[in-house]
Amino acid sequence: MTLKTLGALALTATIGATAAMADLVIPDLSYRSGAYAAGGTPFSDGYQDYFNLLNARDGGIGGEAIRIVECETGYNTEVGVECYESTKGEGALVYQPLSTGITYQLIPRATADGIPIHTMGYGRTSAADGETFNWVFNYPANYWDAASVMVNYLLGQNGGSLEGKDITLLFHNSAYGKEPIATLNALAELHGFNFSELAVDHPGQEQTAQWLQIRRERPDYVLMWGWGVMNQVAIQEAANISYPMDQFIGNWWAGAEHDVTPAGAAANGYLSLNMNRIGDMPVLAEMQSMVVDAGNGAGDGSNVGSVLYVRGMYAAMLAAEAIAKAQEIHGVADITPAMMRDGMEALEITNARMEELGMPLVGPEFSVSCQDHGGSGMGIVQQWDAAAGAFVALTDYIAPDDSVTGPLITADAAAFAAENNITPGCL
Amino acid sequence: MFYREAGDFKTSYKADNQTFPIAFDRYRYWAILAFAYLVIPFLINDYWANAILVPFLIYAIAAIGLNILTGYCGQVSLGTGGFMAVGAYSCYKLMTSFPDVSILIHVILAGGITAIVGAAFGLPSLRIKGFYLAVATLAAQFFLVWLFNKVSWFYNYSASGQISAPERLVFGAAVTGPNTEPWVQYMVCLVFVTICAIIARNLTRGTLGRSWMAIRDMDIAAEIIGVNPLKAKLTAFAVSSFFIGISGALFFSVYLGAVEVGDAFGIQKSFLVLFMIILGGLGSIFGSFAGAAFLVLLPVLLKVVGVDLLGWPTDLVSHLRLVIIGALIMFFLIKEPHGLAQLWRLAKEKLRLWPFPY
Amino acid sequence: MSADFLYGIEVVINGLMAGVLYALVALGFVLIYKASGIFNFAQGVMALFAALTLVGIMDGQIPFAHLINSIFGTEFHHFGWEVPALLAIALTVVVMVIFAWLVQRYVFRHLVGQEPIILFMATIGLAYFLEGVGDLMWGSEIKTIALGLPQGNARWFEDITSTLGDDSFFGFFVRKLDIVAALVAIVLVTALICFAQYTKQGRAMRAVADDHQAALSVGISLNFIWVLVWSLAGIVALVAGIMWGAKSGVQFSLSLIALKALPVLMLGGFTSIPGAIIGGLIIGVGEQLFEYTIGGPFLGGATENWFAYMLALLFLVFRPQGLFGEKIIERV
Repeated sequence: MTLKTLGALALTATIGATAAMADLVIPDLSYRSGAYAAGGTPFSDGYQDYFNLLNARDGGIGGEAIRIVECETGYNTEVGVECYESTKGEGALVYQPLSTGITYQLIPRATADGIPIHTMGYGRTSAADGETFNWVFNYPANYWDAASVMVNYLLGQNGGSLEGKDITLLFHNSAYGKEPIATLNALAELHGFNFSELAVDHPGQEQTAQWLQIRRERPDYVLMWGWGVMNQVAIQEAANISYPMDQFIGNWWAGAEHDVTPAGAAANGYLSLNMNRIGDMPVLAEMQSMVVDAGNGAGDGSNVGSVLYVRGMYAAMLAAEAIAKAQEIHGVADITPAMMRDGMEALEITNARMEELGMPLVGPEFSVSCQDHGGSGMGIVQQWDAAAGAFVALTDYIAPDDSVTGPLITADAAAFAAENNITPGCL
Repeated sequence: MFYREAGDFKTSYKADNQTFPIAFDRYRYWAILAFAYLVIPFLINDYWANAILVPFLIYAIAAIGLNILTGYCGQVSLGTGGFMAVGAYSCYKLMTSFPDVSILIHVILAGGITAIVGAAFGLPSLRIKGFYLAVATLAAQFFLVWLFNKVSWFYNYSASGQISAPERLVFGAAVTGPNTEPWVQYMVCLVFVTICAIIARNLTRGTLGRSWMAIRDMDIAAEIIGVNPLKAKLTAFAVSSFFIGISGALFFSVYLGAVEVGDAFGIQKSFLVLFMIILGGLGSIFGSFAGAAFLVLLPVLLKVVGVDLLGWPTDLVSHLRLVIIGALIMFFLIKEPHGLAQLWRLAKEKLRLWPFPY
Repeated sequence: MSADFLYGIEVVINGLMAGVLYALVALGFVLIYKASGIFNFAQGVMALFAALTLVGIMDGQIPFAHLINSIFGTEFHHFGWEVPALLAIALTVVVMVIFAWLVQRYVFRHLVGQEPIILFMATIGLAYFLEGVGDLMWGSEIKTIALGLPQGNARWFEDITSTLGDDSFFGFFVRKLDIVAALVAIVLVTALICFAQYTKQGRAMRAVADDHQAALSVGISLNFIWVLVWSLAGIVALVAGIMWGAKSGVQFSLSLIALKALPVLMLGGFTSIPGAIIGGLIIGVGEQLFEYTIGGPFLGGATENWFAYMLALLFLVFRPQGLFGEKIIERV
């Protein structure tokens, strides 16, 4: 036993020693295996391909090459911790854990180690409070924004009033699924709609009871916080009970191609949120030709342009812009994680800049500050067109109701600060 | 040759009954302990603590616990994950309700609470046997996970449904929370592992352990010679759950620091710990350690070899890991159904006789 | 009739349908357990693997394409043909038979005479192995089964029953897929029973299930019978994989359906085919009714996962061998 331990020690030690090279190191905690591989693979492909494009086209960022260190987590928290510990020594600039469980692990660790975390549209919502969570960023939007955007979209559909409407939340019975409940309760009180919850236990293959209840009570709208197999089953079940698809809205992790395709034509018209736009963008063509066709793609290239691929690319773009910003602030090309944090905190995304990058209007305009790490919180509603096999943007960016989410975030951040003896303030 | 017992005479029952009757064994044992206590804490870094040693020590406690139930008492349990969750959540509730009491006491109390829960779920074992019991323990697994997810009292009504360990000090050094030094984490787990292993070793060779083994080997026969099956089975469940509860509490507070029940204590965890004791060796304390080390190290090794050395895509390595673990389990079961501990015993036997095997 | 009562009946009907799907998985367990005493945890993964293989063959996917491409730097994914459904099913059955032979030849033949727990562990190892092989062979994306199974609501049943309640009552909801599954299950069970009763191999199989040594002594090849039951279990897994795969797409999570079958087995007994069916129906109805009457309104829902186990556990306390299981008479 001890011998084996020593052998592994020696092995890992030699591997670890080859680290410190003067590159911009971006770890990619991906999951291409396990129950959620269908969601993790396109995101990771997009994330890596964009950095590879920058390397191929511009020689990196500010003349400094980017080195991606991929680590497979399989969506498993412990493996995620192992990945974090094994990659942080290489000078990792920013972590994109892509799992709520891993995010919660990394928040205290990365804060202690001084490495920024970017949780785009997932993770801990109250991390939007930058004074409490100095090292965690969740721009451009979070779950509570998502709930509010959904309700604002419905308000728009109903002439500004949801008085007396029945809205049901179908959620994955986990921390992730329970996120929007507080926000929706507050919004229900504000707008006078009747809010009810329906839990689906992991993994969610059997939802007969839930959909029978929906069929019985015929709520006006069903909102869904689902993930993995739960999404495919829910959409199939909605089609089975002939629930109108345009009254069924998934959040942005329940609105990718693989969620709707198993239900076939019956899924036509399904709505979901998205935090970024998809569609023909010049940058996608560049990625296809300069990265995927050149044989440097992270995956087999079949995901280019899909919802989660574009979201991964968008995440990579935000990271790359923050790196450029950090280089500009500190005047060095080879930045440290601490400088990266400054860059992320000074990040400003404008329409002109997105146009310049070849991805016009891919996301909303927003800027980050020390107080606000959460971005604008805007999202679009997109609709599935089964015949074309693609999601189509239905609306422009819809803003959330900050007067509802703001106090909730402040309260949760204050509770976290009190629990962990943090004095909120800027670094 | 290397392994001598010649000249190792015992002059008292006490000496004859000690844990390591052979002098060489004893020296080796002290050498390992000395290495673990006096050398590793000075070498350890974040990676070694968080990725390998701390999980190894914690899983070793869980494996010892399950081994008492399954290996010594013969009751197969698939509820380990659920019982670990009981340990973790009771530790969390105790930590937040009584912040002034030492975390070490909370961990032990968490073990005690788990023991009560475990004994309660052990009650059906008096009627149900074999695979029916194994499947019945899944009821505990699913029910407990659901309970900790559903009742917000268990996670202090936090918005996220996660529990996170606040910072607690022992002798002025942070044991939980983000500012814990790796050597502190390691030492806390090591102390618990040492104590648990000693307790388990001595329990299993005492009256209680003998009654467990009697039940395991043939429960009706055991009953006839006067072993009380109620007492034997329930104590096995309670003692086993006590260890598993401690490992769950450490898993949450010292190792991960924040957990969500479905994610951290799902059915996969139950299987993982069961694998550890089967691969390590049923009915062996050493086997529990060997199994835990094997299954903690194997994925890391495969990753290092596959991804870092050979440069294969991470998803391939991850799928290959499943194939290799599956194949290894089958291979071990075919070649050595009694696990690594049996291999170790055979090696010792060979060394004792070497160079004259007959 | 009052609305609540009607909804209760609807819940029961849907529970029965869900139970059929559970029973389909449980059936595979029973076949193997009865003939060889192996509690085959890999049954769920076999369903996944069978469904993956079926889809892969139909789409003309190249097995292990990703692995081969990574090692040799090649770029191919598809043969470029599509195989008709029936032929693909036949080919999948062949694959499952080969799998059964391999499992018997290389794993369980070496484990004859081991304790049941060792055999059980070996099947868990097999489950891991097969899952990894399935992913390597066919990739881990979600696939759609294009067998043209009917989806959606059975309107005719809804129309017939809508007269039972007042205007706000739509009639009972039943999925077309579930009806098909029930019919398939009936056909499958009938075929299995006929096979066991009226063919030579079937009789040999029953003889082995009754007494290994006696069967051996009258000249029945145990090896052949075990390959046979593993093949049959593979075919049952294929059917279960198709039905569950039609609900959610063929994906990794399909392997978890084994967990749905375990309480069914506890209730019905590990050794009884009718037990698996009736246990499945009881569990299906029980968990839906519980969720409808108590779980949903009072406990906050999502109780299905544990309720089935609790029900089976309570039941077992009174009848430790399950509904139809054989009573074990122990002697010292």
